[in-house]
Amino acid sequence: MPETLTVLIAEDSATDLLLLSTIVRRQGHHVLTASNGAEAVQVFARDRPQLVLMDALMPVMDGFEAARQIKQLAGEALVPIIFLTSLRESEALARCLDAGGDDFLAKPYNQVILAAKINAMDRLRRLQATVLEQRDLIARHHDYLLHEQRVAKAVFDKVAHSGCINAAPNIRYLQSPYALFNGDLLLAAYTPSGDMHVLLGDFTGHGLPAAVGAMPLAEVFYGMTAKGYGLAQTLREMNAKLKRILPVDMFCCATLLCLSVQRRVVEVWNGGMPDGYVHEVATGRRTPLVSRHLPLGVLAPEVFDDGTEVWPMALGDRVFLLSDGVIDTADASEQLFGVERLLEVFAANREPERLFEEIEQVLAGFRGQVRDDVSLVEISLLPGQVLHSSTMQYTDSGQSCPLDWSVSFEFRAETLKRYNPLPYLLQLLLEIHGLRGQSGALYSVMAELYSNALEHGVLGLDSQLKRDVQGFARYYRLRSERLDQLNSGYVRIHVDVLPTEVGGRLSLRIEDSGPGFDVEAMLARPLDIDRLSGRGLNLVRQLSSDVRWTDGGRSVCVEFCWVALA
Amino acid sequence: MTQIHMDPEVLVGLREVMEGEYPLLLDTFLDDSQKRVEALRKARDDAKALGRIAHSFKGSSGNLGAVRLARLCQRLEAESAKAQVTDLGKLVDQIDHEFALVKPLYESERQRF
Repeated sequence: MPETLTVLIAEDSATDLLLLSTIVRRQGHHVLTASNGAEAVQVFARDRPQLVLMDALMPVMDGFEAARQIKQLAGEALVPIIFLTSLRESEALARCLDAGGDDFLAKPYNQVILAAKINAMDRLRRLQATVLEQRDLIARHHDYLLHEQRVAKAVFDKVAHSGCINAAPNIRYLQSPYALFNGDLLLAAYTPSGDMHVLLGDFTGHGLPAAVGAMPLAEVFYGMTAKGYGLAQTLREMNAKLKRILPVDMFCCATLLCLSVQRRVVEVWNGGMPDGYVHEVATGRRTPLVSRHLPLGVLAPEVFDDGTEVWPMALGDRVFLLSDGVIDTADASEQLFGVERLLEVFAANREPERLFEEIEQVLAGFRGQVRDDVSLVEISLLPGQVLHSSTMQYTDSGQSCPLDWSVSFEFRAETLKRYNPLPYLLQLLLEIHGLRGQSGALYSVMAELYSNALEHGVLGLDSQLKRDVQGFARYYRLRSERLDQLNSGYVRIHVDVLPTEVGGRLSLRIEDSGPGFDVEAMLARPLDIDRLSGRGLNLVRQLSSDVRWTDGGRSVCVEFCWVALA
Repeated sequence: MTQIHMDPEVLVGLREVMEGEYPLLLDTFLDDSQKRVEALRKARDDAKALGRIAHSFKGSSGNLGAVRLARLCQRLEAESAKAQVTDLGKLVDQIDHEFALVKPLYESERQRF
């Protein structure tokens, strides 16, 4: 049963009007009548009928003009107009169409044809109404979605840009402005000791789901980097968190690296990203940073591998990281950019400063259409970026600051294998307000002395190994092997905090179970900053008030003093 | 051959459609047609007016089954639209004459109800 419609019939012949309105009424519709065009327009404006049967030739205002006005009044809604006509000439029929007529009904009237036409026009009318309704719905959803994305982007930018990606002088990057919604993520931040952590990630999927995963990842990255956690702990935390919150088919390919100007090394973990490169300026050699792991968020914490690789770097050397959008950029004929072309750009380079631009230019020249997921980042090892102030925010007033206490720790083999106590210790020491101003120096010294105690003391590694690049690689291989097999030994840390007349003093003593070393000989070596080995002790001597070795090099004590604020 | 003046089949259909309003339709037609015939006579020398009246008259007489009347109206409408206007008065007379024949037929149809 078709819907009951309100039908306007405009007809100047009383006979025809009576006949037609009776037929239409008997078909179950409500009928309004008008005997000329002007009246029809009036009735339409007042009662908004859904369908109009319109005689073409009428006094006062003809059907053509009335149809035009009614169509205008109807706006976007479809109000079908069926012209009642015995006009046979095509010119007259064309006039009906021009005026907005949707169909014709010839006299004498046939009620079966009339019913069919009314039904057909009603279907058309309802179809149009549905289309408009859905269009408006889509527009509303679209607006809503845009709004959501704007909010998400604003929140995300707050989180993602809390790092140093835009401020650091040694980072250059190319990233789509829509990066948030293509799943690419680029983060950078300084550790308390002035090392730089950089993460380039690529989430599976696009849009909000990718951005949602990026948020906790960024939080973990910044939080743990600022607290002094190393790559291994940060990676474990990221992996565990993503594994827990993401659905199975979602994960994050990522390269995480730690660039240390002090130690002239880059430590890298690559899970599922394309090869990055360490570009040596002096030799032009490129070391690929190959993916050796599954992406973050795939493996359960028990089987996750946080093993990193360490490469030496000289001042001016560069690390390049890129997303698969670079390699998969297609030209007009669907040919991929590929790794070969990237390596050609490296090979052709003469001025290292121009390398990033050259890659950018070749990429821009190559691609037929711009992809939205191209991320490229260059991180240079530049001097003079040691010891950036910590990005941590303090909220306590300082009234309850502890000034007279001591504590001792002993970390044994099983702990040394998997735990880095430094972030915890730093947190503890930064309860002392007076030390916060030198947190960078404090952390650097602690990190250096702890790794000396562990690597040279407990693991018995010879720092002389690190003299050249081959030895350097061997050193880190041995470190990893010996740590794996470790079943005895310890590192002890004694903290002693005392108030003084002007402020306070921290004494930090670190002991190890190793064989010790010849302190006199070691200190007599020249301050050669460009060697890969032996740099740590010089740094320690520069940064702390006092350094003393005892017990044949097995025990070292450093002091930090501060002046209380008035 | 009354069929050409008043088609009984058309009337059967109309009776079915109109039901109780059938007599009213006949009354309306007779009244309406009377007015049109008078209007045609008055507009005898105005081709444009004749064409318009003939168009409308053609429609209603066609719908009511007055076949010959409708045909004459159609001819008048067509002739009046021509650039070289022929003697339209003759056609008006024919319509007048035809209605004189048709009128009693519809009146007697009306009497049956």
